[in-house]
Amino acid sequence: MKLRAIAHARTGDKGDTSSISLIAYDEADYPRLVRHVTAERVAAHFVGLLRGGVDRYEIPSLGALNFVLHRALGGGVTRALALDTHGKSLSSALLDIEIPDF
Amino acid sequence: MRQIRIGAGAGYSGDRIEPAVELAEHGKLDYLVFECLAERTIALAQQARRRDPRLGYDPLLAARMRAVLPACRRAGTVIITNMGAANPVAAAELVCAIARELGLPGIKIAAVTGDDVAGAVAGGACRILEDGRPVAALGASLISANAYLGAESIVQALAAGADIVITGRAADPSLFLAPLAHGFGWSLADWQRLGQATLIGHVLECAGQVTGGYFADPGFKTVPGLARLGFPLAEVGEDGSAVITKVEGSGGCITTATCKEQILYEIHDPARYFTPDVVADFSQVRVETVGPDRVRISGGRGRPRPEALKVSLGISEGFVGEGQISYAGSGARDRAELAAGIVRERLELTGVAAQELRFDLIGVDAIHGPGLPAGSARAEPYEVRLRVAGRTASAEEAIRIGNEVETLYTNGPAGGGGVTKQVREILGVLSTLLPRERVQPQVRMLES
Repeated sequence: MKLRAIAHARTGDKGDTSSISLIAYDEADYPRLVRHVTAERVAAHFVGLLRGGVDRYEIPSLGALNFVLHRALGGGVTRALALDTHGKSLSSALLDIEIPDF
Repeated sequence: MRQIRIGAGAGYSGDRIEPAVELAEHGKLDYLVFECLAERTIALAQQARRRDPRLGYDPLLAARMRAVLPACRRAGTVIITNMGAANPVAAAELVCAIARELGLPGIKIAAVTGDDVAGAVAGGACRILEDGRPVAALGASLISANAYLGAESIVQALAAGADIVITGRAADPSLFLAPLAHGFGWSLADWQRLGQATLIGHVLECAGQVTGGYFADPGFKTVPGLARLGFPLAEVGEDGSAVITKVEGSGGCITTATCKEQILYEIHDPARYFTPDVVADFSQVRVETVGPDRVRISGGRGRPRPEALKVSLGISEGFVGEGQISYAGSGARDRAELAAGIVRERLELTGVAAQELRFDLIGVDAIHGPGLPAGSARAEPYEVRLRVAGRTASAEEAIRIGNEVETLYTNGPAGGGGVTKQVREILGVLSTLLPRERVQPQVRMLES
């Protein structure tokens, strides 16, 4: 199943860094997010876009994870040529990650 | 318990105005805050001020003030905004004139200045955080340098009786933290309260982004009335407890989910969210539904504020020239790819001095590149839009890129249509740090 079935997400940006929240609709699903959506998994999903690493932060009180993608927006001047210069649409790509149905 | 009602009238410079009027008229607000400065906005404003020293403030300042001033005056609502951008004093003078024009004498308008630190960073030993170079190395490409001011001078202005406070680059949550600290008499060293106030400010600062804007996803997340989206307000208690809500009958929705998305928006480490006022800790925040479109947010904490202030540097990085053309029907993608190849060759043949070129097939892989979606074969699109973008040193050179796309009409593949072309200047943003004592905010008061 896709992450989209159990979680929602929003992207923000600061400079060349993208941050994407991943929030369980039902907090009971939070442990599944923690288990399946590791920083490595996210880095692999965005391999074509990412030039830096991925940090993952856990916020159990919100049933949410927060991913910080370094050098993810094409950096400095290069990003100016991209269509989505802020990377706003990356949240939708994150929700396409496939996870096991349990 | 005493309560302060504080609303958000804008989430960015170009935001809708009617929801702010709705808040001013029906929100029973003590404070209405307009947060209108994104990272790049201030560099744009600085350029406008260079062209005309009377400008450099938010282009919608006059329209917003005309729309909300009468209602705010009636309700006794104090307005706080960073719409001063690169010229808070000119903004205050304009608002003063508008108040007189509306027959509203005796309004005290404070302009907070001192965030412009171009002089302090250019000559000093400041280094660019992103690449370690000295700021001085930017030379003439440096357009603006603005320190993120905290709540201190806004509190000062409020204490002096300001009805309207207009700042330049103040940190977004500080615009909300200041009236709470002023209204409840909190110390600016009460880190726990400032952490919670920063949480409240952070949740409100993007306005519609917490009332259901930027949230809807049909089939998954439903939001009613997005065309009439209401903007948020917080009911804050003296102990920092806060309920996020909106004017009854306005569009949108406030749920624990909309609040969670906004709490984590543009946060890196949730335990260390840096502002000029406090290092806020959102790692133990809780949200709880307490009524229809009413969500309590709690658990924001804080640690002592950082010693240095962040400075945003606006950099001129040349121009982007762009052209687009569409192909549709069978073979659309093949024709778009052929067109891309032709433009690439033409730009070389005619010697267009592009430092970098990008060819996108919109509808195929323009946004996330060829790697996504992972592992699935792409269906043949019915329609494709070719976009060619290039970075150049001058506007004259940038124009040539769109022109080459336009010549595809009569010289390119069959059936190309809907050409558009544009040129825009690129404003980059870098950052540096400046010791607090090098930044000297000042408050100047006018009266209508």
